[in-house]
Amino acid sequence: MAHFKKPEEGSWTEHLKVDTEPVSYADSTSPEHYELEREAIFKRTWLNVGRVEQLPRKGSYFTKELDAARTSVIVVRGTDGEVRAFHNVCRHRGNKLVWNDFPREETSGVCRQFTCKYHAWRYDLDGKLAFVQQEGEFFDLDKSDYGLKQVRAEVWEGFIFVNLDTENTTPLREYLGELAKGIEGYPFHKLTQVHKYRAEIGSNWKLFIDAFAEFYHAPILHSGQYTPDQARRIAKYGYEGLHYDIDGPHSMVSSWGGIAPPHDREMVKPIEAALRSGLFGPWDAPDIGMTTEELPPAINPTRDPRWGMDSFVFFPNFMLLVWRPNWVLTYHYWPTSYNTHIFEGTCYFVPPKNAFERLQQELAAVSFKEYGLQDGNTLEATQTMLESGTVDRFPLNDQEVLLRHLHRSAEEHVREHQRRTSGAPAAS
Amino acid sequence: MASAFPEGFEALDPFVDWAIPTEKARYAKRISSTMDELDAFYDVAFPLLKSGTAYLEKTPMEGISEPDKRLLWLFCSLVTVAFSVEAWRQPRVPDSGASSIDAVLEPTV
Repeated sequence: MAHFKKPEEGSWTEHLKVDTEPVSYADSTSPEHYELEREAIFKRTWLNVGRVEQLPRKGSYFTKELDAARTSVIVVRGTDGEVRAFHNVCRHRGNKLVWNDFPREETSGVCRQFTCKYHAWRYDLDGKLAFVQQEGEFFDLDKSDYGLKQVRAEVWEGFIFVNLDTENTTPLREYLGELAKGIEGYPFHKLTQVHKYRAEIGSNWKLFIDAFAEFYHAPILHSGQYTPDQARRIAKYGYEGLHYDIDGPHSMVSSWGGIAPPHDREMVKPIEAALRSGLFGPWDAPDIGMTTEELPPAINPTRDPRWGMDSFVFFPNFMLLVWRPNWVLTYHYWPTSYNTHIFEGTCYFVPPKNAFERLQQELAAVSFKEYGLQDGNTLEATQTMLESGTVDRFPLNDQEVLLRHLHRSAEEHVREHQRRTSGAPAAS
Repeated sequence: MASAFPEGFEALDPFVDWAIPTEKARYAKRISSTMDELDAFYDVAFPLLKSGTAYLEKTPMEGISEPDKRLLWLFCSLVTVAFSVEAWRQPRVPDSGASSIDAVLEPTV
């Protein structure tokens, strides 16, 4: 039984012109295919590596490990206030320039110059080589030839993106398209209270996006939070999105729920009732300078009064969830091999004014973590069985349309890359 | 001996080792505890959270005192313990196996 109206075509999948055939997931189980994705996707598209609040002043920097693109980048605010990014490699002998204790771990700080640990070559914040130890020992060394390798960096609504492709000149805003344009103006800069989580996940990166790009699983996988009676009721009700949309490789689902306080108080656990908060966020929405009705047009695009949350997938690996009670959650999926990736989940709240609000936010953040743990481990179970190869046709339903779209977008990037590099159409 | 907590919350003194400043350490204590230990903590702390709501709402984050900080951290522990007590009935998240999600950045208080 449909609870929400579907498009005229009868389904979101057909409406958005996505095919309806079973899928194979062969793109998630092969080391060879992953190598193609590294070249075609992670070295060529805009990747969100952080937010401007991580660079509060001149000389603030952080590093980002981009294993899928075989590099590490330094993102820094220059003396002119501009955000720049550089490959994290010293031009002298190739040492990683910025790291602490463990070369593969990310770091951050404030500095005036970057100094290599190896031979103390120094670089300005804008990447210029400023000092060479025993410069006279070198042969006709022109320091202006050995600045840091710059990476394109652009900022959208406070989110910092890099693009490692030196030939790709598509500006970030153009790449992010209409969905992003429709979000512009949301007061992300007011949501500066950050809780960030990180996990190593034993699955292909796309499978975790799949898990979070559909809510069909929510009443089942996460049923343990309810009483058995409630769990049965919720499972029977199932899940339907309010609205789905696609723009190029990007997509979104608009969802009901998260209405605070929940209509059905029986579903609420004692801690949630006491703190007036839960998975959907604190029930008392803080002031962000605009009402739900005034939110930018791509957020709650149908202006449905039952709206609770929108989830955007910006290809390839950045998810942005905007919740009705005025908070934001982001997900990032950083591949480390064909069947492993690093997952990051970050909650952004308006800074709490008092201890009670702080606890409300704690409950929302910890709820995300509890359910995320269930999701994460389920993925490892999925990955191992997909790799068994015993089944290669999986039916996806209409509420899973964004999964099809993600895999298709990834596949198209790979094919396009193969065409570009081989000069001939590639076999899939 | 003076209480570690603000006036009215003295009953929490036996559970002062739950006043832990980081989420990662709070979760670690939860999963290394027995359900009996979690229930005992919950049974004392949860009623105080309910009766203490007005106090917490009147406690600004700016310039928060040491006893209030401890109280906040202890209630943060209660938040994570509540999942075990109210939902999972076990210290770990069901089916979470060896997987972990670690807090890498959180508010200092």
